[in-house]
Amino acid sequence: MSDGQIKVAYWPGCVSRGFTPELHGSMAIVADKLGIELVTLDRANCCGAGVIAEHNQELADTLNARTFALAQQTGLSMMNICSTCQGAQSECQQRLDADSAYRAHVNEALSGQGLSYEKGKDGFTNKNFLWLLVEDYGLDRLKAQVVRPLTGLKVGPFYGCYIVRPKERLGYGEHPDRDIYLEQVITALGGEVVEYDGARKCCGFPVITMNRETSLKQAGTHVGDAIDAGADCLVTPCPLCHLNLDMQQPEAAKVVNRDLGLAVLHLPQLVGLALGAEPKELGMSKHIASTGWVEERLAGVPA
Amino acid sequence: MADYTIKVRRFQPESGEGPYWEQFKVELEPSLSVLDALLQTKDREDGSLAVRCSCRAAICGSCGMKINGQSGLGCKTQIGEAQELAEKKMGAVGGSAERAVVVIEPMGNMPVIKDLVTDMESTHWAKIRRVTPWLLPHGAPPEREYIVEPESMLDITQPMACIQCGACVSSCLSMEADPGFIGPAALAKAYRFVGDPRDAETKERLHDLAEDPHGIYDCTHCFACVDACPKDVAPMDQIMRLRRRAGEEGIEDPNSGHDHEIAFVKIIEKKGTLDESLLLQESFAPGIKGKLKPSKRAIKEMLGSIPTAIRGIKTGKMRSLPKLIPGIHHKLPDGAQDDVKAIYKHAEEHNEEFNLYIKGEEDVEPEPDEPTDAILGDEAAAAAESESA
Repeated sequence: MSDGQIKVAYWPGCVSRGFTPELHGSMAIVADKLGIELVTLDRANCCGAGVIAEHNQELADTLNARTFALAQQTGLSMMNICSTCQGAQSECQQRLDADSAYRAHVNEALSGQGLSYEKGKDGFTNKNFLWLLVEDYGLDRLKAQVVRPLTGLKVGPFYGCYIVRPKERLGYGEHPDRDIYLEQVITALGGEVVEYDGARKCCGFPVITMNRETSLKQAGTHVGDAIDAGADCLVTPCPLCHLNLDMQQPEAAKVVNRDLGLAVLHLPQLVGLALGAEPKELGMSKHIASTGWVEERLAGVPA
Repeated sequence: MADYTIKVRRFQPESGEGPYWEQFKVELEPSLSVLDALLQTKDREDGSLAVRCSCRAAICGSCGMKINGQSGLGCKTQIGEAQELAEKKMGAVGGSAERAVVVIEPMGNMPVIKDLVTDMESTHWAKIRRVTPWLLPHGAPPEREYIVEPESMLDITQPMACIQCGACVSSCLSMEADPGFIGPAALAKAYRFVGDPRDAETKERLHDLAEDPHGIYDCTHCFACVDACPKDVAPMDQIMRLRRRAGEEGIEDPNSGHDHEIAFVKIIEKKGTLDESLLLQESFAPGIKGKLKPSKRAIKEMLGSIPTAIRGIKTGKMRSLPKLIPGIHHKLPDGAQDDVKAIYKHAEEHNEEFNLYIKGEEDVEPEPDEPTDAILGDEAAAAAESESA
């Protein structure tokens, strides 16, 4: 935690500029409000989402080594806004960092582009916005920035698998509380944490094209459980979870055979609301499940 | 010595009542196990408490259970650590640490016989048998044993380390939604034979596992089994290796899993970032514009995605041509796409798999990026030894 200016090499990922454009937009607004400077890696490529690694592990490792090398060129640590990017990139980084011979082999493919991924003495840092917010920005500093406390808003955390498992790979040794950061952020913003069964479960997105029934049953069950626990909304640091929990929510409702209708916010949107940004500029009107209830709950609290 | 409270999910079928929670006070060293806490309760408080156990040393695989919601072995989880986790979880939702108790439940995804004893037959053993968990060599058997190079067996040392405890099955989030899923334990066992150089029916095995709609393409890639496994088998990693091998065989599966994978890989080669609408189209109907006719399932899936797309257009989420029309997604700027293509060329020539479990991490960091010989990890060596013993 520091009081200083934070500047990061920013990898927005693919989905935040595809089917969840509101995520990319709200991150820019929130970064501005928090004074975090984002140096966008616009030449970087898709993390592979685990799918490319399933096809050819070396290909996934090299593609991500390229992204890391591009970040290293800026001299900054890297930040992402997608649990899936975090997981897929951490997996590749773990292999690259484990063995210098393997790293040298992968770097061969990058040499033609004047790039090279170096493990470095202190290791390369790549953090999801959630981790950066708690570990580098700091919860006390965040609290001090809140102008519209989310008083009375009941928020269910939804992490996304890739940011909570496997613990051994994702830095839980050094940062054991990474699996309760969402709860800590919700509390820091003045909101109320809702405890329900699905917070660290799978949204089902990875099999949406392969086994739609299983996928939507997972999404529908978690949304339903959160509603039953009294949630006003969910919050997630993963745009792929958002696709299944929000975009597919009407379809998931059919599979679990019950009414749903629960707002699902991206993490920067929840932070943005507490920092005084308006729902519309945070792109909340682009969601499929209405965010009207959240806006109503907060209407009484002046920004 | 310290005092702990354990909260156990109990069930006695003969009572005719449903399951219920019961709390017990225990007194033991923090370094002792959750299983020790249960055995102390059984000894001092209630002899009817049912728990399956034997070795108490994470070898026999009998005491699978859920501790604070996490699947694992009772004998491998220290009570002090379990208490710390319970306090952390309680604190996260605004409760006070004094109220935190260690929550112990029977394994998930299995019927409960009594208290913490589950019936592993239908969701574990039946699925293990489902994958033909024995060697299928061809030709006349050798006079004595099959001889293989030790190096050729290294690849399967990880799944060999399995002790059949069922913790991965208990944790499986895909099986929770689809009980028909073959599941992590059985699929890890399947890779153990697919990767065995003595087995002669690798191809048949891969076809069987890929063509089952509840097979390798039913895994949601959630890593729950990886964290649950007390022996570092990483079942999900073995499932991904099965997918890779099935893909190399060009096996078409009813879940369009292989088509999805190929579509994804090709899109990134062409565009650098994901073109979501093209991914959908190519996953279900590869080459729709040219050669292949989409299957009945593909047409159904594509029609099924129309309501979602319409909703997306209405809210503005997808109100742009590059998001709607497959293929017109932008490329990376200023030659960056060529850099990505060059990576594909290099990686496709080698297609190297770096298995951390076998190779381990370098002990000492040598001079920057100096090549070194890989060293066999201790765990891989131990697993190879235990299988041969």
